[in-house]
Amino acid sequence: MAIVRNWELYLFIAPAFLYFLIFCYFPMYGIQIAFKNFNPSEGFAGSPWVGFDHFTRFFHSYYFWDLIWNTLSISLYELAVGFPVPIILALAFNEVRTGFFKKMVQTVTYAPHFISVVVMAGMIITFLSPTTGIITHMLEWIGLNPPDFLTDPRWFKTMYVLSGVWQGAGWGTIIYLAALSGVDPGLHEAAIIDGASRFQRMRHINIPAIVPTMTILLILNMGSLLGVGFEKILLLQNPLNMEASNVISTFVYQSGLVDAQYSFSTAVGLFNSVINATLLVVVNQIVRRTSENSLW
Amino acid sequence: MTTRIQETRGDRIFLFANYLYLTLAFLIVAYPVVYMLSASISNPHYVGSGEMWLWPKGITFEGYQRVFENSKIWSGYANTILYTLVGTAISLAVTLPAAYALSRRDLVGRNLFMGMFMVTMFFGGGLVPTYLLVKDLGMINTIWALVLPGAASIYNIIVTRTFFMSAIPRELEEAAQMDGASTTRLFLTIILPLSLPIIAVMALFYGVGQWNSYFSALIYLNDEAKYPLQIILRQILVLQEMSAQTGGTVDASTASALNNKAEVAALVKYSVIIVSTLPVIVVYPFLQRYFVQGVLIGSVKG
Repeated sequence: MAIVRNWELYLFIAPAFLYFLIFCYFPMYGIQIAFKNFNPSEGFAGSPWVGFDHFTRFFHSYYFWDLIWNTLSISLYELAVGFPVPIILALAFNEVRTGFFKKMVQTVTYAPHFISVVVMAGMIITFLSPTTGIITHMLEWIGLNPPDFLTDPRWFKTMYVLSGVWQGAGWGTIIYLAALSGVDPGLHEAAIIDGASRFQRMRHINIPAIVPTMTILLILNMGSLLGVGFEKILLLQNPLNMEASNVISTFVYQSGLVDAQYSFSTAVGLFNSVINATLLVVVNQIVRRTSENSLW
Repeated sequence: MTTRIQETRGDRIFLFANYLYLTLAFLIVAYPVVYMLSASISNPHYVGSGEMWLWPKGITFEGYQRVFENSKIWSGYANTILYTLVGTAISLAVTLPAAYALSRRDLVGRNLFMGMFMVTMFFGGGLVPTYLLVKDLGMINTIWALVLPGAASIYNIIVTRTFFMSAIPRELEEAAQMDGASTTRLFLTIILPLSLPIIAVMALFYGVGQWNSYFSALIYLNDEAKYPLQIILRQILVLQEMSAQTGGTVDASTASALNNKAEVAALVKYSVIIVSTLPVIVVYPFLQRYFVQGVLIGSVKG
């Protein structure tokens, strides 16, 4: 029997199995406290059930629509700006033969991916400082009146999204470059012979070649629409920009760990995960009907 | 036959625009980095007033001096190195064998394992249940809270599995098995030595992740002596704990002293950014060709 013969392989997979069981599946079991009044001494299972009370409280709270709006608008903004940039960058890289210029630009544009989110937040804060920040100075040089980026709620989302593009665009090209490297050179040769220009070849050969990758990444992005990366938001949040920066995930952190409302916060988090998972399934379904590419 | 087809006028314009675009992208990414390097060794007065905007002006190393005098930064550094080494070792020890097992077609139930692992990509217990679990396991205020809850990622396991499947010839494994090598022996003496590129990529991914993480330390640690570098950085860069706090009315000399203090605080910020990011920047060029290769392999559907 293969199971007996390969007993060692089960030993190999055991640490990962235990890891996922303990650190991913056990917390899922813990979700039940969203429907309970969690009492630490009685544990996950022993605490008394309260049904959907925490959800109703959340839906009826005055901040509910603000949270939903901030989370969704930041995500969609990020998607609209951040999704096309790596694609355009990858298409541009692809037109340049391997050489020093290409290597240098790639090395530099990948690098910000490795900068920590704390340093990133520190950079944003120092660069945009209303008195000493270099961006503030630059805007003054060209005669503009710099806004209070860090405390004006109207600027929060733009600041968040653009810094994310700066940090992630270069890294995001790697996967598209992989797809482009799979294009059959014969297609390009044939197109050249037919008199196609570089732009036409990009439009009719390269772009169609990366559509499957784009589709998959788009589906994955839709699945995290409400899961907007909160580590950076948490760092950039302050009482003055809260109006625009309070999102579901930072709210879960605040209410759950800072205010210790364990059950309520779990309910909010669960609401978020369920919407994300639903969006993922729905978008995947739509894409599967309209094209051949889908996650499953 | 090596005749190159002549670029047409339209193509030349296209290429020119392309190079222009890439140069612009390069400048946008490179500028803030050069600026920070310059600012960290410039007289803070020029930095604050905007007179220093590219190359250093009024060179001073006071910022670095203050950073190196700060004992919190040193202990943060030491802690981060420890967490990164232990965390990366654990992550590799979980990821590599699991990925190898999953790469073997003769592993009965491998789809079941994959399915169980993949679910975690899309659904999880969320912050509070995870926190309560870590607390119940008694890991609060220990290194384990930082290195265990995020020890493995299914994405990395899939990338590694794809590498094992595509880069290691099946015949090699069969030959070793014919010769009577056990699976463990095969893995340790044949598979791993052939897999250095993917091991480097995984070490880099997990290592950088651990080096840069702050959130688990924020929620699981409350002993300052155990704080990793990123938490110390957060105090300096975001919470501005090293900068001057002006409050109420102050006379002229105090105001100028405070102003000076604020400028020095800004200098310290730039220096601390450079000092904390340096190790990653130094390691990165050496590993770059590996990780591009690793991502490329991983993105080919396995």
